[in-house]
Amino acid sequence: MAQEHGQHPAIGTYVKVWGMLFVLAACSYAVAYFGVPGLLRWVLLVVLMLMQAGLIVALLMNLVWERLALVFAILLPPTLLVVLIAIGALDGLSTHLDRNAFFDAPVAPAAEHR
Amino acid sequence: MTQPAPTSAAPASPQSLRALLADISSDQRAFKNVPWNKVMMWVFLLGDVFVFGSFLVGYMNVRMSTQVAWPHTTEVFALTVAGKQIPLLLVAIMTFVLTSSCGTMSLAVGYGNQKDRRRTLMWLVITALLGASFVGMQAFEWTELIHERVRPWGNPMGAAQFGASFFMITGFHGTHVTIGVIFLTIVSIKVARGDLENMRPGFMTGRKGGYEIVEILSLYWHFVDLVWVFIFAVFYLW
Repeated sequence: MAQEHGQHPAIGTYVKVWGMLFVLAACSYAVAYFGVPGLLRWVLLVVLMLMQAGLIVALLMNLVWERLALVFAILLPPTLLVVLIAIGALDGLSTHLDRNAFFDAPVAPAAEHR
Repeated sequence: MTQPAPTSAAPASPQSLRALLADISSDQRAFKNVPWNKVMMWVFLLGDVFVFGSFLVGYMNVRMSTQVAWPHTTEVFALTVAGKQIPLLLVAIMTFVLTSSCGTMSLAVGYGNQKDRRRTLMWLVITALLGASFVGMQAFEWTELIHERVRPWGNPMGAAQFGASFFMITGFHGTHVTIGVIFLTIVSIKVARGDLENMRPGFMTGRKGGYEIVEILSLYWHFVDLVWVFIFAVFYLW
């Protein structure tokens, strides 16, 4: 096995990323703690989540230092999940509309589902 | 493999498009010079992406379709400290611990690259301890919710699907953390015995490896944190 497969980052890089992850996680928590409402909550949570994910995958998992062929093999397949999310969302929405059309008003949560 | 001779004599950088084409069109083996066990770990993690992706999409689907209001996670997961309710406190601490363990894991990788056995071992052990404490807090959280009569088929706070989603998603994630702690322990013992310096077939397995196995283990560990980032955002904070 060849020794050198891409260069290794300095430990200082890891420590900086680590610090940024703490800040981003704290921001996510703050969004929930202060109860940011509506669309803004949505956007903030998704953006902060994707920023953390990007930092972890790119720098902590060393993907920016890997061969491009490996990077593509890893990052392309998960984009299919967008399709799965779209199917899940469409189906969830249509089930919800069907339930509203054909079921009675929601039963009180609690007691009977024990 | 013979490279399609570039006009300049310089070899193509592994991160260039030319190298990408050469890799995927090559005989026998793509991803030249990447340790094979690292590629296999990535393939495994790719499968895991779809496992957790399916869970989270399933959760989105049931949450969208239910007519009953979803329980307020900020209240369900609140802890009372000195008579004051702090929303999501335990989950915030768990996130803090897991993020910390990510940093300590990276330090272990960094010192492993320098073949510094003592420091690699120290950071691996700290990572394992942080991971174990995460699992401990999760066990506490499950106990609390079970006492509050949350069940996979219903709960007193709202939509019945809440329990199924919660136990399934956090259960699978917790299992991953537990397995990670076990592997951290195994690799720590290999490092402590000095197996990685001379590629000695080591503890628990006949496989031999150098310090790159610390980096491969870190891929798994960082993936577990990556999944937690998504669970934290879409399940707890949404």
